[in-house]
Amino acid sequence: MISAPVTLEREEFHFIRDFVYRTAAIVIDEDKHYLVEYRLAPLIEREGMPSFRHLVSELKQPSSGPLRSRVVDAITTNETSFFRDSRPFEILRRIILPQLIEHRRYSRTLHFFFGGCSSGQEPYSIAMLLRNHFPEIDDWNIRLTATDISGEMVRRAREGLFTQFEVNRGLPARLLVRYFERAGIHWRICESIRRMVDFQEINLTRPLNLGKDVDIFFLRNVLIYFDQTERCRLLAQARDVLRPDGCLMLGAAETTVFSNDFFIPLPVEFSNLFYLKGTPSPFHLPPAEPHQ
Amino acid sequence: METNICSLVVDDSRVIRTIVGRALKELGFKAEEAGNGREALEHLQKGLSPAIVMIDWNMPELNGLELVQAVRTNAAWNDVRLIMITSENELERVQTALDAGADEYIMKPFTKEMIQDKLNLLGVPIPGPAPAI
Repeated sequence: MISAPVTLEREEFHFIRDFVYRTAAIVIDEDKHYLVEYRLAPLIEREGMPSFRHLVSELKQPSSGPLRSRVVDAITTNETSFFRDSRPFEILRRIILPQLIEHRRYSRTLHFFFGGCSSGQEPYSIAMLLRNHFPEIDDWNIRLTATDISGEMVRRAREGLFTQFEVNRGLPARLLVRYFERAGIHWRICESIRRMVDFQEINLTRPLNLGKDVDIFFLRNVLIYFDQTERCRLLAQARDVLRPDGCLMLGAAETTVFSNDFFIPLPVEFSNLFYLKGTPSPFHLPPAEPHQ
Repeated sequence: METNICSLVVDDSRVIRTIVGRALKELGFKAEEAGNGREALEHLQKGLSPAIVMIDWNMPELNGLELVQAVRTNAAWNDVRLIMITSENELERVQTALDAGADEYIMKPFTKEMIQDKLNLLGVPIPGPAPAI
């Protein structure tokens, strides 16, 4: 069977754009027509639909819940890698985590929250970093709560299976050897790391059911998909669940654009970390290194 | 943008040398080439001082693992970062290369971004126009 090319008409694009905004509060710019077409074309083929018009028509049906989820899954960006950008993780390891662990030496608890964790590389990176560099907290109560709006991504993340391409990106070879095993053509993260992370399907635009006990709120490369109103709501949520001496980590491209009323940037280059306004800086910082 | 920061690509396939070399040039490195481990050692002994050496495993005369072992026996080359870039993708092979003194390991097929990620992990300054951060 030869299938005819499926194209996304302008009005269909606008419907999908509005639908994604209403469902997930994710903003799709007017010039992202091609992106929506590119991301949804495989879905249309999988669903056996003849056209985008058919997809739009189905989405308008009250009973289209599962399809709606699959459309949001397909649209949301899943770009991630182990130790993405590397420098923030290095700063966490050298500067932030040793002090945070010292601050928590009596409660012996740590809670890290990850918004938009995609297939899990970021929370798994933190889990490996903790196990590999801070063996003194192995018996602490450590919670890594990782969330994504996509059920498919959460399922993948829970499985802990990665392609060779994925483990080649950003993962130090020594950690590959220590924490992974071959599983056919894939690589499986070891059980002791996998069970450190609690993956949950959560829409960040809804209220988070969390106590005020989060030490670091990872929200990297998430804000860029929301409009200003939703960004403010998300940052307010982060503020409300952080401990007074906790901090927020944003993505590399988000640090200056989204300066806001709740947080102050920690003055460490490339850390992308923020602490709560109205509180003293929770961390002692080393003198700035001279530029090379 | 190519700078004077030197890299050395060691592979018996001229096509692979060209591809890896092109990726390094795009990251701003000068890329020298060697067709096997022995040629690579000769480059180093003649005073070539690369910041990084990208090393295939299976090569005639002196293979990649033997090259890593040879480089690591000479303290003068301690600062040279050695990255295996090979189709050997068994965990034991990765462990063997690290034990021998390799700093990082990339399994083929690879992309420029993978090389860039590994250089960032090793703290090797990327001189080119598009660093990762």
